[in-house]
Amino acid sequence: MKHNKTLLKGGQSNMKKFLNIILAIYLGVLLVGCSSNASSSENKSSSNASEKKEVILGMTTGIEDAGLLDVIIPAFEKETGYKTKTVSVGTGQALALAQKGEVDAIFVNSPPAEKQALKDGYIINRRLAMHNDFVVIGPESDNAKIKGTKDVLQALTTIANTQSQFISRADDSGTNKLEMSLWKQTSVTPKGSPWYVEAGAGMSQTLKIANEKNAYTITDRATYLFNKKVLSLPVLSEGDPKLINLYSVSEVNKEKFSRVNSEGAKAFTDFVLSKNGQELIAKHGKEQVGQYLFTADGGKADKDYGF
Amino acid sequence: MDMIINGIMHALELLIKGDKDILNIIIVTLQVSGAATLISVAVGIPLGTLMALRDFRGKNILSSLVNFGMGLPPVVAGLLVTLILWRYGPLGSMNLMYTIPAMVIAQSLVATPIITGLSFAAILNINPKLKFQLLSLGAEPFQVSLILVKEAKLGLMAAVIAGFGRVISEVGAAMMVGGNVRGKTRILTTAIVLEVDKGNYDIAIAIAIILLLITYIVVALLTFLQHNERSNW
Repeated sequence: MKHNKTLLKGGQSNMKKFLNIILAIYLGVLLVGCSSNASSSENKSSSNASEKKEVILGMTTGIEDAGLLDVIIPAFEKETGYKTKTVSVGTGQALALAQKGEVDAIFVNSPPAEKQALKDGYIINRRLAMHNDFVVIGPESDNAKIKGTKDVLQALTTIANTQSQFISRADDSGTNKLEMSLWKQTSVTPKGSPWYVEAGAGMSQTLKIANEKNAYTITDRATYLFNKKVLSLPVLSEGDPKLINLYSVSEVNKEKFSRVNSEGAKAFTDFVLSKNGQELIAKHGKEQVGQYLFTADGGKADKDYGF
Repeated sequence: MDMIINGIMHALELLIKGDKDILNIIIVTLQVSGAATLISVAVGIPLGTLMALRDFRGKNILSSLVNFGMGLPPVVAGLLVTLILWRYGPLGSMNLMYTIPAMVIAQSLVATPIITGLSFAAILNINPKLKFQLLSLGAEPFQVSLILVKEAKLGLMAAVIAGFGRVISEVGAAMMVGGNVRGKTRILTTAIVLEVDKGNYDIAIAIAIILLLITYIVVALLTFLQHNERSNW
């Protein structure tokens, strides 16, 4: 009995030792990890102070959701030596961050809002980078019978008149801004109607809500294609010139915000419009979803698309 | 159901192959939640002990604040840290926004009240006579605190486990102050959100399984530690 007890005790203290060792190793790894992180970022910031400071980019979520971010950013970092931090948010929020000088450059898709920002002076050098288009999707049964309707205003009016459920992102993103401007051009005021659902969500989330509710929604084609494998809603209305989705890059105005890294911002926007950057954009998507997702627009302007 | 099985297979594949992105995400996750738990323990256990053993002015207000903090929504903590850390905030010059330290600060803010509150309760739970017995036996106040902390180890470890659980499962604040930057501030929870957004449910499930696995391993180690102490009583 006594013998047993000591054995047990021995076992326990061994166990304890073992756990202590594991704990110690973990703490060690943690410390090393943190300090190596800290030192590398210190190195960066000290060497950057003279030349390469980190660039903070405000990107519309569509670019990340379509996987384009993961293509452009590594290539940009490799070519220029800049380190980046990307914040993927809706266009509205990206512009709000730019307005506070919290980002250095933006890559967004709402021409009217961007033009207002240019006028207000907190962004500069806006340049068109690429485009794709928006499409109206909805249930296979298509209660509103909009399939094949090219005129998007007519399609939306029909959805409203038949009281078919429509999901709006309602998050002040570029897509949402476009949707609101389209409704404005119809005679319908959807806000508050029982069939009009305001999701307050990003594009992917909104697509999934529409899918679950068998409802109509408006989406950019890239996010739609990326999510298609989990969606049962077909494209019903497309091709209206009003549905073009223009993406532009702009730099945040250094004159307004002294902490903005304008060299980094310029390097990024230049890269997006460079031959290499434009090629990455044009070729993106074939591998993942079997078709190209964006058309590169370097050197073109809004007016080429009737804006 | 198929999706879950595929997810498990995919998780194993990622782990066995040593997928570079996933390994990085796991390391960042452990760094953030480990550091945040350590900070919360370093602040929370002494504070909880102090509150349990000492009487001081404003103690009731402090304990109500701690209890309130236990329910602090992580996104609120994230918002607070954002407003302080971003470029034109009070600490903007430190360039901490969208970094691991920023995430650690936000997570600590969320976990410290939990660990404080539970430590407070754990030490209060010990027979109050013990304190006076020790004092009458001639122990110094600091020695008394040490012995009581040792006695309350079971409850204190529960506090640590709860704090760690809160931190590793957190997503809102981590997304807001970390930015979910690939290779830098992406952690398992924010990676799941991103993969769901991309429509990659299979990868999302795989990462979720890895997250559960890691959480279980850490919690199991802490639990062994906890019960080891218990049987030494």
